Amino acid sequence: MTADSTSLLFGKLTLEAIPYHEPILVATFIGVAIGGLAVLGALTYFRLWGYLWTEWFTSIDHKKIGIMYIVFAIIMLLRGFADALMMRFQQAIAFNGHEGYFPPHHYDQIFTAHGVIMIFFVAMPFVTGLMNFVVPLQIGARDVSFPFLNNFSFWMTVAGGIIVMISLFVGEFAKTGWLAYPPLSDITYSPDVGVDYYIWGLQIAGIGTLLSGVNLIATILKMRAPGMSMMKMPVFTWTAFCTNVLIVAAFPVLTAVLALLTLDRYVGTHFFTNTDGGSAMLYVNLIWIWGHPEVYILVLPVFGIFSEVVSTFSAKRLFGYTSMVYATVVITILSYIVWLHHFFTMGSGASVNSFFGITTMIISIPTGAKMFNWLFTMYHGRIKYEVPMLWTIGFMVTFVIGGMTGVLLAVPPADFVLHNSLFLIAHFHNVIIGGVVFGVFAGINFWFPKAFGFRLNAFWGKMSFWFWFIGFYFAFMPLYVLGLMGVTRRMSQFEDPSLQIWFVIAAFGAFLILLGIGSFIIQIAYSIWKRDELRDETGDPWNGRTLEWSTSSPPPAYNFAFTPVVHEVDQWWFMKQNGYKRPLSGFIPIHMPKNTGTGAIIGGLSVVFGFAMVWHIWWLAIASFVAIVAVTIVHTFNYNRDFYIPAEEVNAVEARRTQMLPAE
Amino acid sequence: MSANTTHNAQPAEGLTFYMREEHHPEQSTMIGFWIYLMSDCLIFAILFATYAVLGHSFAGGPDAKELFDLKLVAINTAMLLFSSITYGFAMLEMEKGNKGLMISWMMVTFFFGACFLGIELYEFHHLIGEGAGPGRSAFLSAFFTLVGTHGIHVTCGLVWMAVLMVQMNKFGITAANKRRMTTLSMFWHFLDVIWIGVFSFVYLMGVL
Repeated sequence: MTADSTSLLFGKLTLEAIPYHEPILVATFIGVAIGGLAVLGALTYFRLWGYLWTEWFTSIDHKKIGIMYIVFAIIMLLRGFADALMMRFQQAIAFNGHEGYFPPHHYDQIFTAHGVIMIFFVAMPFVTGLMNFVVPLQIGARDVSFPFLNNFSFWMTVAGGIIVMISLFVGEFAKTGWLAYPPLSDITYSPDVGVDYYIWGLQIAGIGTLLSGVNLIATILKMRAPGMSMMKMPVFTWTAFCTNVLIVAAFPVLTAVLALLTLDRYVGTHFFTNTDGGSAMLYVNLIWIWGHPEVYILVLPVFGIFSEVVSTFSAKRLFGYTSMVYATVVITILSYIVWLHHFFTMGSGASVNSFFGITTMIISIPTGAKMFNWLFTMYHGRIKYEVPMLWTIGFMVTFVIGGMTGVLLAVPPADFVLHNSLFLIAHFHNVIIGGVVFGVFAGINFWFPKAFGFRLNAFWGKMSFWFWFIGFYFAFMPLYVLGLMGVTRRMSQFEDPSLQIWFVIAAFGAFLILLGIGSFIIQIAYSIWKRDELRDETGDPWNGRTLEWSTSSPPPAYNFAFTPVVHEVDQWWFMKQNGYKRPLSGFIPIHMPKNTGTGAIIGGLSVVFGFAMVWHIWWLAIASFVAIVAVTIVHTFNYNRDFYIPAEEVNAVEARRTQMLPAE
Repeated sequence: MSANTTHNAQPAEGLTFYMREEHHPEQSTMIGFWIYLMSDCLIFAILFATYAVLGHSFAGGPDAKELFDLKLVAINTAMLLFSSITYGFAMLEMEKGNKGLMISWMMVTFFFGACFLGIELYEFHHLIGEGAGPGRSAFLSAFFTLVGTHGIHVTCGLVWMAVLMVQMNKFGITAANKRRMTTLSMFWHFLDVIWIGVFSFVYLMGVL
């Protein structure tokens, strides 16, 4: 074949794109291939494909979609953490002329991939998964407002993740850092496909995130059980609401700014170029207008989780519910007027910098109010130190430290010294690990029995907590020290041997966190193995307070046999206090949406489309795009989207539960 | 604990904890679509902001005064505004249940929308032919992207309208189709509002 016809057929894709000359990647590929084949083989051997497709992949049940989000996040956590470990060990050994085991161009891809994966494909799906699972149960709904859209959003998120993962073995990933600042990310300085993988991965996943945001806002506004006014919503639902408002108000900005970068790279426009009138700082401003709210998108729902956990395990209602709600709303609004603190060094002048410095510091006030609310909730409570509570206390200690270093960074003169240093890295890991990660683990331990009907093993949960907790301090406190000494981020090797000891300590911390993640995996596996001993038949293992604990574990497809009527914030607690009797008869047919494969199919086509765009395989891009449009249109011709669960079936499910419950 | 204890005093018999009859939550589609439109509006906000920042970065190339033909744009604007009125007529016919007239008005709307797109494509073609394409300067990059994004939205609206005409014809004015018709109506008028912004902010302010 001539060169012309090859490029017509394969675009920029050549055999050279397969990194067979990089031993680390070859070994990884062999490992992934063997593992992947084993999983696929097992699925085929046990004939699970049909089950997975009909019961999970095509499911529009918010509970199953939530669980799938979390499984996806756990898988991506392993990838993102592998990157972190490699970076820590590289930096621990790359001293005294020793180059470490990564050449800079490879190291740069690793830190970019680590950031992108951890934010977009670990933290986001964890949080979205928990919101998806919990919110409809907490508000007494049968599902979300748009169940098909929910399934579709999930598959778009997965499609974005797959595109990023493909870059590991075909071509390369961006070497630009996780926000791909131009001019470095422009075609002139990054002519390879790395930034294109970044763009298409995020754009496709971003569609999913945005639509799931729209979906959950509509759900919370319209699907609440009768009697549940906004100020009677559980706090987690409130924080989920604010987070989804932030998603809808922030993700379009990311979509737009990445589209402009795409045009610069593909069409030759001049938005962010050095020449012909472009402005790179415009990109930096726009991406942080998305990026700062994104931080709160991640952390607000985990504030909600901690609120639920603290009041449940202190057996008290949450102290200062109203102030908690207002603090959340204030944070939501303030998060839009602080973005410039990410680049005080841009040179906007003292007035602009002071404005953004002050707004940033103000955010610590509502956050501090929340902290005191949690403390006062625990005060005089009968605290039970179950695993979710351990994570919560670990969070309260750690997050306060991270918050204070954040206020320090909000002071523009201090920021001029610390900008782009390891102090910043330590700060945001301090709040993201100490806040989001701890919160997600608290949430998983808290709601796992609701999702599966048995608890997670407490011993391995505690092991996981302590390894993570101690490991975090070992891994990141040295980075504060190094940052104060002026060490900048994103370095693959160092000159000054006196710094090495700090990096060795940090690497040791990363190793402890590895044990923490290992304990978490063991905790899940061991709990599945011992599930009969850990079984919870009551549906309310923690003496819970909100509506999700009033139904069985796992909840039936329809969540509630009868729609609850709400009187109190802690409605389930109120019901238990007031002699609630579970209804045993009189069930009626329940109206439910039908499963559909459209979401999974469009997700798959989107992977093909993204891959084709990355490699400039135009015919394939056009074909897959046309296919996406066609599948969408065909889907709209299906009007037969719902059905009734017959009353007999509801009766049978409820009767089974009656048998499991102790006689009242 | 205090709230719980106060309620403990109440007799439990008077309280209902669930409803025996079927619960119908309010329709979420309209509010959901509104929220989506507002997110779309933000994309345009970013493109307007980008145009505001880069709109005078001509890089030695042509500026707005030299390039824009207000007459052509005025005709174009009229096309889009007419299409909004005729879509309104289609909605009225839908309410009356006149399927035939409704589809006719949709066809008229489609025609005006297609004219709008045709004129826009002609304008783009003309500009690129003059050497004022999107790669010429940051100003033109921002111009083509803002106006082009609106054009892509109109294209999506036209595809949607075509599909909906087929569905209306085939399945009639059902509840589901009415809902689709209303959301498309919101989408179509939204594009009008955006275009009024484009017309005033980009064309009028560029030329006057």
